[in-house]
Amino acid sequence: MSDVMIRVENLSKVYRIGKTEAAPTSRGAGLVALAGKPFGYLRQMLTPPTDQEILWALKNISFEVERGQVLGVIGKNGAGKSTLLKILARITDPSAGRAVLHGRMGSLLEVGTGFHPELTGRENIYLSGTILGMKKFEIDRRLDEIVEFSGVERFLDTPIKRYSSGMIVRLAFSVAAHLDPEILLIDEVLAVGDLAFQRKCMGKMNQVAREGRTILFVSHSMPSVQALCQRVVLLEGGMITHDGSPTAVVNQYEDQETVLGSGSVDLANHPNRVTRQRFFTSLNLCNEKNIQTSRFRLGEKITFELKLDLQEEMLTDPFIAISIERHGQAICVLTTHFMYNEVVTVSGACTIRCEWDLGWLAPGTYLLDRVSLKKYSGGERLDQITNVASFEIFPTDVYGTGKVIFSDGIIVPKAVWEIESTRQPSDLAHSFA
Amino acid sequence: MTMQKTVSSSFNGKPAELIKGQSDAALITILIEPASGWSALNLREIWTYRDLLYFLTWRDIKTRYSQTALGPLWIFIQPLFSMVLYTLVFGVVAKLPTGGIPYPIFSYAGLLPWGFFGDAVSGSLTSLLTNRDLIGKIYFPRLTLVLSRILSSLLDLAIAMLVLFGMMFYSQLAPNWTLVFVPLYLMIAALTGMGIGLCFSGIVVKYRDVGNLIGYFMRALMFASPVVYSIELIPQEWRMVYELNPMTNVILGFRYALLSAGPAPQWLTLGISTVLAVGLFLVGLFIFKRVERNIVDIA
Repeated sequence: MSDVMIRVENLSKVYRIGKTEAAPTSRGAGLVALAGKPFGYLRQMLTPPTDQEILWALKNISFEVERGQVLGVIGKNGAGKSTLLKILARITDPSAGRAVLHGRMGSLLEVGTGFHPELTGRENIYLSGTILGMKKFEIDRRLDEIVEFSGVERFLDTPIKRYSSGMIVRLAFSVAAHLDPEILLIDEVLAVGDLAFQRKCMGKMNQVAREGRTILFVSHSMPSVQALCQRVVLLEGGMITHDGSPTAVVNQYEDQETVLGSGSVDLANHPNRVTRQRFFTSLNLCNEKNIQTSRFRLGEKITFELKLDLQEEMLTDPFIAISIERHGQAICVLTTHFMYNEVVTVSGACTIRCEWDLGWLAPGTYLLDRVSLKKYSGGERLDQITNVASFEIFPTDVYGTGKVIFSDGIIVPKAVWEIESTRQPSDLAHSFA
Repeated sequence: MTMQKTVSSSFNGKPAELIKGQSDAALITILIEPASGWSALNLREIWTYRDLLYFLTWRDIKTRYSQTALGPLWIFIQPLFSMVLYTLVFGVVAKLPTGGIPYPIFSYAGLLPWGFFGDAVSGSLTSLLTNRDLIGKIYFPRLTLVLSRILSSLLDLAIAMLVLFGMMFYSQLAPNWTLVFVPLYLMIAALTGMGIGLCFSGIVVKYRDVGNLIGYFMRALMFASPVVYSIELIPQEWRMVYELNPMTNVILGFRYALLSAGPAPQWLTLGISTVLAVGLFLVGLFIFKRVERNIVDIA
């Protein structure tokens, strides 16, 4: 038998989006428009759609997924990821083309599908489980496992409307995690819950992936995609533009400027200026490829490009500082005072660059807390802006282990592990028993 | 030990090929294609999802009267209230003939099957509308949503019948042998109700006003059926048309079986009603099958 579990051939989906309605110019015009409404729906249905009304959510998508492969699908909002998933999950029909799935298919497009607040935890396990395609006897068999994973044993016979939202999410994920289909379609379910729970989900997903299940995983979270998938396709405007290894496709995606934050901050008119004078005009953040962005790969070099207009001021050995914090905690300050050892005199328009090796700074969002300019170190403060902008460091597989790190701390530790065993494996197994 | 047998399913009603897997487990093939023509009913798929049907019914029963002070008492209150109201208007004031049966029992025996029918219509009409969050997230045979409503209404009916039996005992009325036809009558009511509801279940998602229209239609239809009055009031020349309404025969039969009151439905019109009910249901089912597949796009 063929080892292709999912075969998608020239799949397309067309949506008819309504004409954009012009906003009424006056209250009177609005009333007239409303009065004309009653048969508006009907009229729209009976007229053939014009080109402006048509949206191709998917255009001739073709790909195959082999048994045991975990395929990631990434792309911007509106690229067609969810539409693809909905068609494969049989929630909606394609407009053209076809897809063939070999095997029992389960889909997780949402955590807690079918949960009802008035029903108890136990009843919801059964209801949600059967909606997801499980049989009652399968749930009977795995009930203990599901309950244990969720950690809500004590409240199993309490209506879930009395649960905290965290408990509901845990219960819902536990049901979903114990699905047994050969093909699993997953959409962003990991984007729920706190960090600890997300990690638990990732662990479970990893386990499921290793069990040889065929998985199609749609996500916005590049670390999750890189951690889970063996292959990634990138959707753009309803078409597959890249298909390949996770690292290659994810890098490709992250380099697209539209995904990146602008990385350009207008300082001249910044709302958080402390001083009355305006010397700073703009700040640009660039990555190693000299692309303006506010998102940086872990360990990358970041360049701050400050533009100033000093007007008539002549500054000798000016003091410029950029301070960075995270969650209200100061991380570091970049100053000319300690780092630049030449005496220069500047005036008029000038550009100052600072290249900073992010080194092992942990993934997360950082705030450019303060940018300031003084005549000289300890001298008169000429310009200062607080809460300037934020930038993000996203994680990568820094250790080369095929796993993308999650870290709560400020640094990514540079450490080497060595594990030696003095006993034979058989002895070890014994000692744990 | 043999592996659990997975029953084949296919989306478009096209026969699903069974491919022998290496592990002895039958692999299902799911074919996804654009909608073309009428899809087959695929009742077999409903059977594979019978556990879901059970839990959906359980959900309906358990949640219908939750957050109400009187809870399941409403199963009795609804028909009893109508009974009292119609007894005052038609029994006491208008003094409609009932063929010797006390008016309260007479009307209650008509209101029960009518209420069941009304539930069948509204349950299937709103099945896609009220569950559109669920429908947008996961695939399962949508018809289970309709069938679960019918099953839970059936339970309500059974409970409300207890009151009827109490009243019959009090008035010393006994059912006769035609009681064996009651399941048939209820089947006609359910099929007709689902037929009407399913026909409009898709369009009501897009145009909510259709729901209002059906509401008016149902009120009119109730007075076009012998729910609160006897068929004797209908002039003979109109009887033939009147009896084409499947609900006429359902109520006549139900009332006759339980109270031995009024004429029993005639074989001919009962046959026609059955055919009409099945036909209406099939039309509704085809329309439902047609709209359910892209309902998320318009909801």
